[in-house]
Amino acid sequence: MSEFLYMGGYAPYVWSAYGITLAALVLNVWWIRRLHRRGLEQARNSVEQVDSARQATVRQV
Amino acid sequence: MKLPRWFHLLGSSPYVYRLAGRLSPWLGAVGCGLIAVGVFWGLVIAPPDYLQGDASRIIYIHPQTAYVGMQAYVVLAIAAAIGFIWRLKLAHAVAVSAAPIGASFTLCALVTGSIWGAPTWGTFWEWTDPRIMFELLLLFLFLGYMALRAAFEDRDKADRVSAILGVVGVVNVPIIHYSVLWWNTLHQGPTIMKFDEPSMTTDMLIPFLLTMFGFMVFFYWLLLKRLQAEIVDREQGTRWLHELVTESNP
Repeated sequence: MSEFLYMGGYAPYVWSAYGITLAALVLNVWWIRRLHRRGLEQARNSVEQVDSARQATVRQV
Repeated sequence: MKLPRWFHLLGSSPYVYRLAGRLSPWLGAVGCGLIAVGVFWGLVIAPPDYLQGDASRIIYIHPQTAYVGMQAYVVLAIAAAIGFIWRLKLAHAVAVSAAPIGASFTLCALVTGSIWGAPTWGTFWEWTDPRIMFELLLLFLFLGYMALRAAFEDRDKADRVSAILGVVGVVNVPIIHYSVLWWNTLHQGPTIMKFDEPSMTTDMLIPFLLTMFGFMVFFYWLLLKRLQAEIVDREQGTRWLHELVTESNP
């Protein structure tokens, strides 16, 4: 196992390259999810605003 | 000319949003699976290179990230051209979605290449290497595309102007590919994509192709998810989005 991690002396190079690539994949997924969720939240909030505005008008009438 | 039905459906935001939502789990699973198997094969089963030793194992991720970056740019350029010619808003949305993903993979390719170059070429960076320079230009094209869009308030104007940059920049992609043949560079010549047998043993070729295909599928998964987010952003205030958010969270 330690021989595997040692990578024939190239451990810093091999593992940093793999680590950075993994980070790029994970960050892409995380960031896109966040963007999508925020967009849906914004749509939901505007729906609630419309609803409360409508109720306010109903009450006035 | 009468356009087929699917062409009209692909112009419909709710349809494309749902289609992307239905397709993306499959792409995500296949992409992650292929990458996992390919990386395990590449790190554990494949033999070390007789010259580079275990440093050669970076070959199972570095060309893949570079290739995805180039493919993302081709997608961006084609989508931008379609959006520009047929005034298709969704095509512009695809181009917008491809840009940040492509930029991140291109940056990743530059960094992993730099890490690989240190022990094998004896240098992290070489300003005179054509492939490195055109890859760097690719990164700047992605960033330039995004910066240009950010300069416009009006989304339609941003779509049309940025599309021109997107289409023109695609010339860079074949230059990156052929740079190793046209100029003297530190990069090796083509290993797989040539009219000859691949110059790699099967134990290395299998994980190489597994991760190559895996990264490509993973990219299209990201693209579909990013496109969904982009559609939500562009469709704020529409009835179908209103119905979508009220039915999914009553």
